[in-house]
Amino acid sequence: MSNGMLEETQVIPLAEVEEVDLYHAHHWITKYVFCQDAKVIAIQYSATAILIGLVGLVLSWLMRLQLGFPEVFDFIDAESYYQYVTMHGMIMVIYLLTALFLGGFGNYLIPLMVGARDMVFPYMNMISYWVYLLAVIVLTVSFFVPGGASGAGWTLYPPQAISEGTPGIDGGIILMLVSLVLFIIGFTMGGLNYVVTVLQARARGMTLMRMPLTVWGIFVATILALLAFPALFVAGVMMLLDRVLGTSFFMPEMIVQGEMTSHENGSPLLFQHLFWFFGHPEVYIVALPAFGVVSDIISTHARKNIFGYRMMVWAIVAIGGLSFIVWAHHMYVSGMNPYFGFFFATTTLIIAVPTALKMYNWVLTLYKGNIHLSIPMLFCIAFILTFLNGGITGLFLGNVIVDIPLSDTMFVVAHFHMVMGIAPVLVIFAAIYHWFPKMSGRMLHEGWGQFHFWITFLGSYLIYFPMHYLGFVGVPRRYFEIGETAFVPPSAATLNEFITVMVLIVGFAQVVFMANIIISIFKGKPAGDNPWNATSLEWQTATTPPGHGNFGDELPVVYRWAYAYSMPGVEADFVPQNMPPGEVKRTDSATGPVAEDPPELHQ
Amino acid sequence: MSLFHEMTKKPWLVDPAEANEVREVGAFFLPAGKVGLRVFLVVVTVIFTLITIAYADRMLFANWLPMPEPWVLWLNTALLIASSAAMQFARNGTKQDDMSGVRDGLVWAGVFTFAFLTGQLYVWQQLVDLGYYANTNTANAFFYLLTAAHGLHMAGGLIAWWRSYSRMRRGASVADLRLSVELCTTYWHYLLLIWLVLFALLLIS
Repeated sequence: MSNGMLEETQVIPLAEVEEVDLYHAHHWITKYVFCQDAKVIAIQYSATAILIGLVGLVLSWLMRLQLGFPEVFDFIDAESYYQYVTMHGMIMVIYLLTALFLGGFGNYLIPLMVGARDMVFPYMNMISYWVYLLAVIVLTVSFFVPGGASGAGWTLYPPQAISEGTPGIDGGIILMLVSLVLFIIGFTMGGLNYVVTVLQARARGMTLMRMPLTVWGIFVATILALLAFPALFVAGVMMLLDRVLGTSFFMPEMIVQGEMTSHENGSPLLFQHLFWFFGHPEVYIVALPAFGVVSDIISTHARKNIFGYRMMVWAIVAIGGLSFIVWAHHMYVSGMNPYFGFFFATTTLIIAVPTALKMYNWVLTLYKGNIHLSIPMLFCIAFILTFLNGGITGLFLGNVIVDIPLSDTMFVVAHFHMVMGIAPVLVIFAAIYHWFPKMSGRMLHEGWGQFHFWITFLGSYLIYFPMHYLGFVGVPRRYFEIGETAFVPPSAATLNEFITVMVLIVGFAQVVFMANIIISIFKGKPAGDNPWNATSLEWQTATTPPGHGNFGDELPVVYRWAYAYSMPGVEADFVPQNMPPGEVKRTDSATGPVAEDPPELHQ
Repeated sequence: MSLFHEMTKKPWLVDPAEANEVREVGAFFLPAGKVGLRVFLVVVTVIFTLITIAYADRMLFANWLPMPEPWVLWLNTALLIASSAAMQFARNGTKQDDMSGVRDGLVWAGVFTFAFLTGQLYVWQQLVDLGYYANTNTANAFFYLLTAAHGLHMAGGLIAWWRSYSRMRRGASVADLRLSVELCTTYWHYLLLIWLVLFALLLIS
């Protein structure tokens, strides 16, 4: 500690956290429906995201039925298959993962973890949810309009997305684009809340570097989203104008069914740049909150401080920054300048450095930890393995020369499902098992949790490992039916059948999970205030579930970071963030001042 | 406090300066509203930057036919400058505890902004009458897109303006109005800046 630092400290007055005028509901409608309490909004976001996510899940079953058993199911034709593909992708990436991590976990955890009574702009927070719900409704309605939902593929590439012959160009694509625009407007309202709450509404003593990594992950992911979603917004509006007003932002001159279209000289490539300028950060919008959650859960369930906290924070920030200069690795086959390809391949490989650093830190946190193989911990370990797998195949695809033959094969599908489908979903499960006791006051059933974990974890590998092989032998993605080809062996069809059966089995495990949640809300074992003996503030609330205002009469004061586990000389194996140093019980053998920190870490 | 300095701390060490006391909360010594507005303006900047980049990209295409610039656009620009100046006048009033200054500034800011938006719609009408439809050339489409995006942001600002104005009408004190007028002023100045950049872009193309 330099003298300069000490002097600076002397001139900065102790800051008091002002009590805010807390919103109070006076009617059940404003308490449970149009509610401004972040916890209620979080549950609304989560429930909506999970419901629409279930629709996405069912769509994936339908896709797999077609791929596994072609020509068996009459109700699946090529048109509906492309609609399933499109809606599945869009629902899962935007309306489930983004909404659940930021709208769901962000709303629930940020105020509780930083020691705030609520978000800083609660009214805007409430509007954010209702606009999100409207976006989901508009998207869902697109299934039922004439022509059905869009079948353009989730990337919505023009000119095909709004050209004759693509399913859903009558109303489906219009509703899809309107829904995306609404989603972004709603998210921006929520995102401003998350960022400003973290910056300005922390409890006394909760310095930035004492925040749990979950908050760091959500905070940086929100900044990414606020900077990246405008690209999708602009692309969405411009495509909407191309479709509705006949402008030519993205639509080139084309001959459709023997006739020239009215469009002229639009740039489909411009759309791809805008889309992926959003699309790649989107991967990290989902991944960074997951990184944070995993860090906190493994630290808690291994009873050990997170290894390299400061590097973990910086890695989150570095990954966030780098994620904006890698987007064109999704476009190697678009005919870009090879020098561009080289640049984007290089940045793509560089981003593996901070990501690998996080991997090592998680493993080193587990090393010699008092590991409790609870359900949240199991899911986190599964995440580490899965993200590693998905990340390594990302190294394949990040290199231009390897990407070109693998592009548009099932290898790509396997890669991105491992890295941004299965991996974040495993973290969502970990987070639900971990924080459900705080949200409901009850534990989820352990046995059903074990069943859910093992089927989901092993099942996912049995689905996606064979898919890599299918990609290697050249099975293309997005094909309704490949039929007989010279290069795809007959065993690929058998493998496809196997994958489909596994998908249905894993799907069944999710039904068990949903049942576990519903039954445990009413009949689960009482959890108490802090069943995991965790240190962070959300576990130190006066009541469980936390009441309105979160922390009873007085806001907490924070004395240390969120990873004070197994500290030498301290009786308990955890010290809550808000426990004053004088109240920390020492072991009989400990002498001198309270050992706030492990001595070896002072080096 | 520097954010960078804050992020170099080692939270696992006992900081002698903080061992017995806990200090600091907000990252900035600003009200949450001001921080929120600044973050929002960053988002707005990204939107306009992306449209501008797309515009610059499409200008290079062979069939780009620049639009004429009706003289009314110059008048509209003057109106927007006037609205921004009126907002500044209101803000100065809040600093000097001058209620009449706040009132006059807010009223004129609203009048000039409405006039600006009406003027923009008039320009659209003129151009449509001359046959410059959005679907006849991409330059036209960009003109309508840019002016619509800016106009919608101004219209959104008018909602905040209306809230401040209503509170003033209901008898709010200068102190009560200070923050909201300050936020409106920042927003107006920023949207004026954006408009000047867009207008310059339209002129040079």
